[in-house]
Amino acid sequence: MADLRSNFIGIKSPNPFWLASAPPTDKEYNVRRAYEAGWGGVVWKTLGSEGPPVVNVNGPRYGVIHGADRRVLGINNIELITDRPLEVNLREIKSVKRDYPDRALIISLMVPCDEDSWRDILHRIEDTAADGVELNFGCPHGMAERGMGSAVGQVPEYIEMVTRWVKKHSRMPCIVKLTPNITDVRKPAEAAKRGGADAVSLINTINSITSVDLDLFAPQPTIDGKGSHGGYCGPAVKPIALNMVAEIARSAETRGLPISGIGGVTTWRDAAEFMALGAGNVQVCTAAMTYGFKVVQEMISGLSDYLDRHGMELSDLVGRAVPNVRDWQDLNLNYVTKAVIDQDACISCGRCYAACEDTSHQAIAMKPGRVFEVIEEECVACNLCVDVCPVENCITMRELDIGEIDKRTGIPRGEYANWTTHPNNPMARAAE
Amino acid sequence: MSQARLSPGVVPGRLTPDALAANFRDVAPPLDRHEAQVAADRCYFCHDAPCITACPTSIDSPLFIRQIATGTPDAAARTILDANILGGMCARVCPTENLCEGACVRETAEGKPVQIGALQRYATDGLMAKGVHPFTRAAATGRRVAVVGAGPAGLACAHRLAMKGHDVVIFEAREKPGGLNEYGIASYKAVDDFAQAEVDWLLKIGGIEIRHGQRLGDTLTLDALRAEYDAVFLGMGLGGVNALRAEGEDRQHVLDAVSFIRDLRQSRDLTTLPVGRDVVVIGGGMTAVDAAVQARLLGAENVTIVYRRGQDRMSASRHEQDHATASGVRIICNAAPVAVHGNGAVTEIEFAYTEDGPSGLVLTEQRFRLRADQVFRAIGQRLDGAPEGLALEGGKIAVEGPGRTSIPGVWAGGDCALGGDDLTVTAVAEGRDAAEDIDARLAGRAIDSAA
Repeated sequence: MADLRSNFIGIKSPNPFWLASAPPTDKEYNVRRAYEAGWGGVVWKTLGSEGPPVVNVNGPRYGVIHGADRRVLGINNIELITDRPLEVNLREIKSVKRDYPDRALIISLMVPCDEDSWRDILHRIEDTAADGVELNFGCPHGMAERGMGSAVGQVPEYIEMVTRWVKKHSRMPCIVKLTPNITDVRKPAEAAKRGGADAVSLINTINSITSVDLDLFAPQPTIDGKGSHGGYCGPAVKPIALNMVAEIARSAETRGLPISGIGGVTTWRDAAEFMALGAGNVQVCTAAMTYGFKVVQEMISGLSDYLDRHGMELSDLVGRAVPNVRDWQDLNLNYVTKAVIDQDACISCGRCYAACEDTSHQAIAMKPGRVFEVIEEECVACNLCVDVCPVENCITMRELDIGEIDKRTGIPRGEYANWTTHPNNPMARAAE
Repeated sequence: MSQARLSPGVVPGRLTPDALAANFRDVAPPLDRHEAQVAADRCYFCHDAPCITACPTSIDSPLFIRQIATGTPDAAARTILDANILGGMCARVCPTENLCEGACVRETAEGKPVQIGALQRYATDGLMAKGVHPFTRAAATGRRVAVVGAGPAGLACAHRLAMKGHDVVIFEAREKPGGLNEYGIASYKAVDDFAQAEVDWLLKIGGIEIRHGQRLGDTLTLDALRAEYDAVFLGMGLGGVNALRAEGEDRQHVLDAVSFIRDLRQSRDLTTLPVGRDVVVIGGGMTAVDAAVQARLLGAENVTIVYRRGQDRMSASRHEQDHATASGVRIICNAAPVAVHGNGAVTEIEFAYTEDGPSGLVLTEQRFRLRADQVFRAIGQRLDGAPEGLALEGGKIAVEGPGRTSIPGVWAGGDCALGGDDLTVTAVAEGRDAAEDIDARLAGRAIDSAA
């Protein structure tokens, strides 16, 4: 059993799986159950300023995208920050942290964009014994209309300014949670770093309308015939989140800035992927909301088994794939592969044929008896056939040896060469 | 337990009304919406899908399954019914494991095909339950077509002709329409009087009149029909039952399986229907299985199917055979009846083991006897009373292409015509295709007369 103990910017937890700031972490009852189930840490649902708490809608807060068998692929929500009084949350945080000193407990914060508000809230949370704060610059709905959440996160100057205030008025480790609702995630990350953030966490939810009620002609979730865009999360957003994490991990300006990875983490494998792309730990919400807190047990055993299989420490995994995330122009244009269909595994559904014939390069032949064969002369190795084939490993890509003729081009496979030196590139540099 | 449970002889009321009701429930209860959704999600939407090719009516299963998956089961039903107007019954009685589901690539991959039949039933039941008939008639052509037999072939033919704007009169010998759907299929496959409900729904197209008590050869002649109508379609099925050719075959309680199945289907009170304690069914097809299983369900203690060839030659599908054995029916293969024993009524039936060699089936000297107080013949049916002048082949009406007989203006399809597997779905395909051909022919003649 691999050692999964995690130290993220000095915050220790028995494993790198934290619950993200969200409905599951809104109160003591839930957080205690989460810790009992095995979660390494919790980011308490976002606290606001002292005074009358925010209110939530009293109709549906969530919209959903289902896959086969009503599998939850994505959820969006229009819930705001905690709607419980500040004092109640603070009392509960203190109580939980006292009973679970070995677990990470981070407090998420969102207050108006002025120094006094931030100083006040930081002062209020001082004696909770919480391990750190996470600045919610990501929430894209409701609070953003009031100049908070993603309204801050979309302006790098604000991020830098507020982060600076937080570092000035608190000694707690500070994580800045970023919104994906921007064009280049590196800019807010750089701003957080300039402001003195100890880490960034991403992604917060994505602006979204999950569906439209075609009888009411209203977006869902629908409140009395109307809807508002909500924040999208869950497995569907993972590819977007992975890319944003990798962009920050590999950028010269932000390299080395600790990252807490968020966005559709559902299994140990998702977590490992985020960590390989540079996340020091991960935060989870939708998987817990779909399956309950127990899912963490599979994440723990799965990640542990994986590390054992590869003889790695947890720290060996973090960032291990980052050097392989490159610009397109760095890719080897002399890497040539061809699709190969395993006739014994083929079940003759013809999906590869339909995909290739209708939408790609007409590189698969349908022969009598529903036998499907690759035409190497046409195959550009796009991989679409592999992607649509319902049988795992039935279609694979064979790499040509150096010197082997590519039947499509008639040219022998050469050594590594990329676009920067390609003759078709007007900006090509002479090969050195 | 009922008093009559173990009474020897052929007696009614072996089981209580409750037990009978339970035994004759829907053998394959319909999918609910969620089950259908899950089942539909398994379809790979194959290119040039093997399930379409395997369906005698070429139902576009990937399309209708996708329509179910996307929440439009009524559109799915239209896809089905467009190819097969009796898609509701076919969903219940088709040997799908030999047809669409047998060809499904998930059968190849996992041994678990997409439940095409059950999904078809889900879609068609839904539309029919709404009382919606999704087809309308083309402008009236003034042409009239006679259809003989209101079975699957005749109904499919009549419906397609009505759609094309022709007027159709169906001549049916029996009291009810439906043919084998009504009279020849196990009760538990088509509960709640489904066959009649389906015919009523089919007739909503309009332009189809059914005249009952009209048997070809009695007062009705092909010549008269040809004289009165613009075209004639023969779909009267097979009225005769093959003989056992075993000594003592005429003893009491030696019956045709089709009669037993018919009586059972028509019975309003199963407690009044007599059945033997020891029942033997001779044959290897669906009729044999339907008779044997229903005899068990009525309370027969020992039911045995005896088939003269090897199990691999049985025309009942493997699924049907398994259903029989799971119902407590014993299947004996490679044995043929040689004598029916008894004094008045049958008490025993004697078999010879057979060997299937290059020169055909040979009876061996090895014999055995089975106790039997009721014997059902299910060794095939034959065409009775084919109209004179009609070319026959192999005992059936010879046809060319889409059901064209040797007589111009006369088409045939279904079990009475040569070709096909004598399945409901084959009959539907033949009736439909003959209708298309008749329509083309009539349209051509209309052009001629205008010129």
